[in-house]
Amino acid sequence: MSPTATESKVKPDAAPQEGAAQKKKAADVDRRFKRLDITMKRHQYRADALIEVLHIAQEAFGYLEEDVLEYIAHGLQMPLSKVYGVATFYHLFSLKPSGAHTCVVCMGTACYVKGAGKVMEALQEKLGIEAGETTPDEQVSLMAARCLGACGIAPAVVFDGEVGGKLSAEQAVAKVAAWLQK
Amino acid sequence: MDLQGLQDIAQAERERQKPTRIHCCTSTGCRAAEAMDVYGNLKQAVKDHNLDDQMEVIGVGCMGFCGRGPLVQIDPTDDLYEDVTPDQAASIIEAQTGGTALATKGDSNHPFFARQTKIVRENSGKVNPERIEEYIAVGGYQSLYKALYEMTPAEVVDQISKSGLRGRGGGGYPTGLKWATVAKMPGDQKYIICNGDEGDPGAFMDRSVLESDPHLVLEGMAIAGYAVGANHGYIYVRAEYPLAIQRLQKGIQQAKKYGLLGSQIFDSPFDFKIDIRIGAGAFVCGEETALIQSIEGGRGNPIPRPPYPAQKGLYGCPTLINNVETLANIATIIHRGADWYASIGTENSKGTKIFALTGKIRNNGLIEVPMGISLREIVEDMGGGVPEGEIKAVQTGGPSGGCIPKSMLDTPVDYDSLKAVGSMMGSGGMVVMDETTSMVEIAHFYMEFCRGETCGKCVPCRTGTVQLYAMLSKILRREATAADLATMEALCEMVRDTSLCGLGQTAPNPVLSTLKYFRKEYEDLLVQPAYLNGKVAKEEVAATP
Repeated sequence: MSPTATESKVKPDAAPQEGAAQKKKAADVDRRFKRLDITMKRHQYRADALIEVLHIAQEAFGYLEEDVLEYIAHGLQMPLSKVYGVATFYHLFSLKPSGAHTCVVCMGTACYVKGAGKVMEALQEKLGIEAGETTPDEQVSLMAARCLGACGIAPAVVFDGEVGGKLSAEQAVAKVAAWLQK
Repeated sequence: MDLQGLQDIAQAERERQKPTRIHCCTSTGCRAAEAMDVYGNLKQAVKDHNLDDQMEVIGVGCMGFCGRGPLVQIDPTDDLYEDVTPDQAASIIEAQTGGTALATKGDSNHPFFARQTKIVRENSGKVNPERIEEYIAVGGYQSLYKALYEMTPAEVVDQISKSGLRGRGGGGYPTGLKWATVAKMPGDQKYIICNGDEGDPGAFMDRSVLESDPHLVLEGMAIAGYAVGANHGYIYVRAEYPLAIQRLQKGIQQAKKYGLLGSQIFDSPFDFKIDIRIGAGAFVCGEETALIQSIEGGRGNPIPRPPYPAQKGLYGCPTLINNVETLANIATIIHRGADWYASIGTENSKGTKIFALTGKIRNNGLIEVPMGISLREIVEDMGGGVPEGEIKAVQTGGPSGGCIPKSMLDTPVDYDSLKAVGSMMGSGGMVVMDETTSMVEIAHFYMEFCRGETCGKCVPCRTGTVQLYAMLSKILRREATAADLATMEALCEMVRDTSLCGLGQTAPNPVLSTLKYFRKEYEDLLVQPAYLNGKVAKEEVAATP
């Protein structure tokens, strides 16, 4: 008799629920790895698809964990060092998990000239972290962007994917403060 | 599909279009100012007032005046509304039937619009970028037909050479010469790459072109493919531009459906397919050899040239790399002829250039102007000057360019003149600075950028940018002496002369140009060396030159 079966006999009520939750989690993980498989297959497992595959992985997993990188290296038949090298070269790939919310301050020239530096300072002070870091409670990640190409509405800040334009430091802080209260 | 088929689509589309067309900008900039709600409300208002048979609301690309978005323009009356809010939208529709519009009315004869010469941006803000039929209705894909059936590849290259078109990505290399080199290379497999890795902070021309008129770029790529003998093209777009990517994907699909891309285009033996490659956030990938590495799935490290990509590029095959804006000029040159194009601009810089006019300026947005126009005309007449105080300098060319002081505003804007004053054309960012901007801080800002973006392959760039950044920080902390300044200048020259690629070679430009024109600002921050009188000197002294 397998240990799982014994357990389910001992705790007849709890076990099915626990099992279901675990199964669901495993299924989610499977689905995400499946997405990687499909992407790699679509590119015929060619080495030049690495960046495309990493994009999909980042989208599916949120960040690039070591086992994900290993999985991709195995799939595309290349050394892990190469996958790691590419993943760390590009700014958009993150090897660390990010917070529940992300706040990206554009630090392009046009935004900088119009006071993005002050917006960034105010946010850093409010959150108590530097750009590129996540708050210890994993609520907010603060990032700096090179240029969003939205210079007409400088200074621009992206709050969870939504671009806000012509922001003052106070407005930006208020927006982040609203997240923290929730 | 033949020419008749193309004209039939155009005819059907023109008949479908309603007499009044309400253009609502749905580009990235305006979207951040609730343009999508304005668009939705405009549509709803047309429906509510039963005006469906008279007018239609179309989501268009960028109209240029990004600082006053969302913009709504009425065709054919040419009425323009600025800063439209979602609740004002309905009143704009009512104004068409005798009501009053609550939105601020703009002036479409303002120098900002009137002084422009639109070639690349001709259809921007007029056609719906998500429908190929609208592009065909304004004459789209006819140049491709003309090239395929009325010209030999050599004649196409010849036209581009004669037009005097130069690379719009910043380098200014003659486009015709590049095409001719690739065309002459032996081999069956060649590639076209469209460089849409617009990394210069403060520049968004390419994003706007891709979002507003994606087919113009696709058509240009196909013509380039025919001219040099390539059957496969890649568009490399920054991941930061999701809307541009989405519209390109849609555009490629639609063009394929009509047989304007794919195999046997217009029933000719010419095949051409286009794939999109998405960047992952690396400024250096705008450099052509780094971009090729990135398309091949690797780190974006530049490699020494020669061999140039034209000889040995993507997957070792001859490759033509052109910038988005360069390729967007091609269809019009083929359509209207090289002589017409060459009649615009100056002797060595032909045609027009799009600039992103941003920073401390009243009217900010995108402008397309003929080469040779003076900076003063752009900044003062079109841009309306700085909102408060006095203009101090104009920065062109991003992290590779320089700051041009107020006293030199009469400099004509062309490749050679900008280079002569220590800046460069670059991809077209133009950031205006007023007197509150510290030039040392700007140099520091750009060096921080280059320090973060160096790929790390060659030593002068990798360590040079870090050292220069440290020296600039020291100056800003008021701890540097005249000797530090001299060392920094020497290091600037070394980084410039010994770096492998354009990033490192041009990284010191913002420092050198601000030193050239605003040396006093640096000197004002210097201190006396501490050992001169045994204690840290409080008073600031001027450095010896």
